Parts: sequence; C-alpha cells; structure tokens
Amino acid sequence: MKFNLAKNTVMNLMKAPSIIVLLLWMVVPLSMTLYFSVIRYNLLNPADTGFEGLGNYEFFMTDEAFMPAVFNSLILVLSIITITIIMGIMLAVLIDRTFPGRGIVRVMLIAPFFIMPTVNALLWKNMFMNPVYGMFAFLSNTFGLEPIDWMSDFPLASIIMMLSWQWTPFALLIFMTALQSQDQEQKEAAELDGAGFFAKFYYLTLPHLARSIAIVIMIQMIFHLSIFAEILITTGGGPGSDSTNLTYMIFTNALLDFDVGIASAGGVFAIILANIVAYFLIKQVGKNLMA
Amino acid sequence: MTYKTKQKITHISLVTLAWVVAIIFFFPIFWMVLTSFKTELQAIAVPPIFIFEGTLENYSLVNERSDYWHHAMNSIITSFGATILSLIIAVPAAYSFAFSPTKNTKDVMLWMLSTKMLPAVGVLLPIYLIAQHFGLLDTKTVLVVVFMLMNLPIIIWMLFSYFKDLPKDILEAASLDGASYLQELRHVVLPLSWGGITSTGLLSVILCWNEAFWSINLTSADAATLTALVASYSSPEGLFWAKLSAISTLACAPIVIFGWFCQKQLVQGLTFGAVK
Repeated sequence: MKFNLAKNTVMNLMKAPSIIVLLLWMVVPLSMTLYFSVIRYNLLNPADTGFEGLGNYEFFMTDEAFMPAVFNSLILVLSIITITIIMGIMLAVLIDRTFPGRGIVRVMLIAPFFIMPTVNALLWKNMFMNPVYGMFAFLSNTFGLEPIDWMSDFPLASIIMMLSWQWTPFALLIFMTALQSQDQEQKEAAELDGAGFFAKFYYLTLPHLARSIAIVIMIQMIFHLSIFAEILITTGGGPGSDSTNLTYMIFTNALLDFDVGIASAGGVFAIILANIVAYFLIKQVGKNLMA
Repeated sequence: MTYKTKQKITHISLVTLAWVVAIIFFFPIFWMVLTSFKTELQAIAVPPIFIFEGTLENYSLVNERSDYWHHAMNSIITSFGATILSLIIAVPAAYSFAFSPTKNTKDVMLWMLSTKMLPAVGVLLPIYLIAQHFGLLDTKTVLVVVFMLMNLPIIIWMLFSYFKDLPKDILEAASLDGASYLQELRHVVLPLSWGGITSTGLLSVILCWNEAFWSINLTSADAATLTALVASYSSPEGLFWAKLSAISTLACAPIVIFGWFCQKQLVQGLTFGAVK
C-alpha cells in the first residue's frame, strides 16, 4: 500500500506539469475569447465598451465574407488532404522498388516539406505564377496558350497547389515507410495466383496503408484548418473574398480593424468548426493510434 | 515479347517516371537557389535563363539591408529553446502515461491532442493581449512559450509511442519504489529511447523553425524569426526576385539540410511509432 502511494505520487507529479500548462493554454485564452466575443471592444475606440450579447456574432456571420470563408476553409482542407494522399500513395508505390539513384530521388521528393510556408508562398507567387515573368507564363507561351493570371483568376486553386506541393512529401514520407513493412511473400503469393497490379494494390497495399492514411489525415487537418501565411503573402484573401478562409477573415478583423469583439466571435466560430471536423476524426484516429 | 522483357520495360518506364516526378518536385527549390545567383534583370528574363555567370551580390545586399544573423539567431533560439523546454515537460509525462497507465490515461491523452485542434486564430487576441500586458510582445520568450505549448501534445504522443515499445521485462526488473522510478527513467528508459527522443526533438525544431502564424503576429523587429523576415519581403519588393531568392535560400538552407540529414529519424517520429 505504501509502495503504491509513493509510486502514484511520483507518477502524478510527472504528468502534472504537462496537464497544467495545457489546461492553462486551453482554458485561459478560450474563456477570454468567449468573454470578448460578447462585449464591445475595439482597440481604436476604447471608450466604447459594454455588453454586446450576440451582436458580434451577428455582425461576423452577416459579413458577406463569412459564408465564403467557411466554405473556403473546408475546400482547402479537403482538397489538399485528398490531393496529397493520392499523390503520396502513387509516389510511394512508384519508388517502392530498387533502381539507380533511388536515394537522390527520395531526397528530391521530400525536400519541399522543409521549405517554410512564407518562402513557399513567395516562390510560387512570383517566380512561377507571375503572369508576365513567371515560369508558367513562359510555358503557356511556348505552347501558344494565353498565360494565366493565377493570383486573380484562380486564387484558391493556386493556394491549394502550393500547399499540395509542400505536403505531398509529408504523405510520401509516411507511406514510404509503411510500405517497407509490407509482407513481400504475401504479394508474391498473390502474383502466383494471377493477381494483377491493381488487384494487389487494392487488396493488399491499400489495407496495409490504412493506419498511415489515418495519421496523415489527422496531422494535415490540424495544420490546414488554419492556413494563414500562404494567404497573407499571396492573395491577401482576395480578390474579394475568393481566397479568404476563416483564419484569414478573423485576422483581418482582429489585427487590421482592431475589433477585438468581432474577431473573438470569429475565433469562437473557428473553434467550433475545428471541433466539428475534429470530433469524428480524433475519435477514429485516436482509437487507431492507441491500439 | 516475352514476359521478362515486358516486365523490364515496365520497370524502366516506371523508374524514368519516378525521376521525372522527382525533378519536377525539386525544380522550384533548384530554381530559387539558381535565381539567387542572378542579377535582377536575369531573374525576370523571358525566356528563363539557365546558364549565366553567377554573382554573389544579392547575398551581400540582403545582408546589408536586413540583419540575417540576428533573425537566424532568433529562429535558432526560439526553435531549440521551445524544443528543449517541451522535452523537459513531456518526457516525464509520457513516461508516466506509458508505464503507469490509469483508466483515464487514454482520455487525458486524447484531450491533449484535442488542444491542437484549437485553431491558433481563435486564441490570437487573448494571447496577444496577455503578451502585451506582460510586456512580452516582440520577445523571444513569448515565442518560446507559445511554440512549446503548440508542440507539446504531439511531442507527448510521440514519446509515449516510443516508451510503449520498450521491452517490458527490462523495466520491471529495475523498478521498486516511488523514488526509483526517477532512477529508472534516468538510467534505463532515457538511454534506451535516446533515438526516439532525438527524432521527436528534430520534428519539433522543424515545426518551430517554419512556424509562421505566431511569429508574424507576435513579433515585429527584435524577435522576428526568419519566417517573419521573409514575410516582410512579400509585396512591395516582390519583384526583386534575385534578392528575394537569396533571402529565401538563406532562410531555408539550415532547416532543409538539417531535415535531409535526419529524414530517417523523422519518419519514425511522424508516424507516432505506428508504422514500423
């Protein structure tokens, strides 16, 4: 009994710091955000205070950028995850063989993951997507096509492209490692039974990757729900609100218009949206990881 | 055509495809580095120039205009500072989660992970105002603390999965009473899981180094990291591509090289140990 007590005390002391800091990190800002969201609070107009009730929410929700922002947030998350997973699996299967220079190919494929988001955005915006001097404009002209003004005509697609370039390597890294542990004998046996490439892929490889896919989805979702730097640097949310996501919309309210109340109401929305999306995933994925 | 030759042709074409895709993926980085050695005129030349006489002028200009080393030091201090701090908090926690699980352990850990779902922007203003209140805006301290909190859940999860994989029988032989758990952690667990701790740390450093949201919003000049520095080069000077490339290359080089060296360890970390 004495032994157990001592043990439990030590164990609790060990986890206490992490639980306390994370609890503070969650509770303090969250309650402040909730409080700010129901009062009038503009940094440019500090005299104007008072209880606002749901007014900030109403203002935020009736902003004409609101629905597009919610929609864009979801489009960004879903399309980037879909693209990176499909590309990641295809590439992982493609380089899952021995050939000369495999190491170099791998390093080249993984490199974009280490590029910082601000550099990624500037690089694509200027040197590739610029409608006059960019590489894409040059390629279009070479093939006799009209160059595309990416930032103004396809702002959301441009951002999806940049992020997919950066995150496909991440998916690839994980799938690549998972494939290494695939049962080769099983594959050979299937071959002898006359299974073609697609049958093997569908019945053996894909199920084998299920868990890694769950991990890739979860981690990417955490990062992509709040895409920020890429939008700030390339399109500034525009044109209009064509590439504004929830994060960026709140940012403009908060740090550009200095309206703490409205920005906080937006923050609450972002939190709710993230939790709705996360609820199902964390449950599934968490179960998977705990096993 | 026999079955063998057919297979060989498939193999060769797939390998060629792999090379082509790899070159396409790597091209933007190659192009950035190449452009950083051009003059501004060469940088925007149409058609693009591949062969030219390189110049180092951009690097010296960029260094004159903005203090690269100052920002690089900020990046280094905040990334490593936050990583070390979170490891100090996370190692004991993960150890106790892994070796002395209670019926709540699973819920507590899922809750920790769920704090990652709290979008940064939802709590931007409170954090900003708190930092302002304590005079911490534009300091490295606030970045270290925020980065630490941001990565803590992932770090605990990764360490947890390493610790769980340690051979159980060695540990039982070593443990006796409360105090010796600390001894065990120090003399048995830490040495055995050194690889796991390193790879967790590496991932954390990379995530901090590339973090943009907090660095841009909480710093201005003093504590601005390389991400914030690059962001400051965005629109008005957007057309000075050669200089932009030089600063970008400088900002990314350390972490790209760092990442390449440790890609193997990284993968183990990223998969929460779930993929062997």
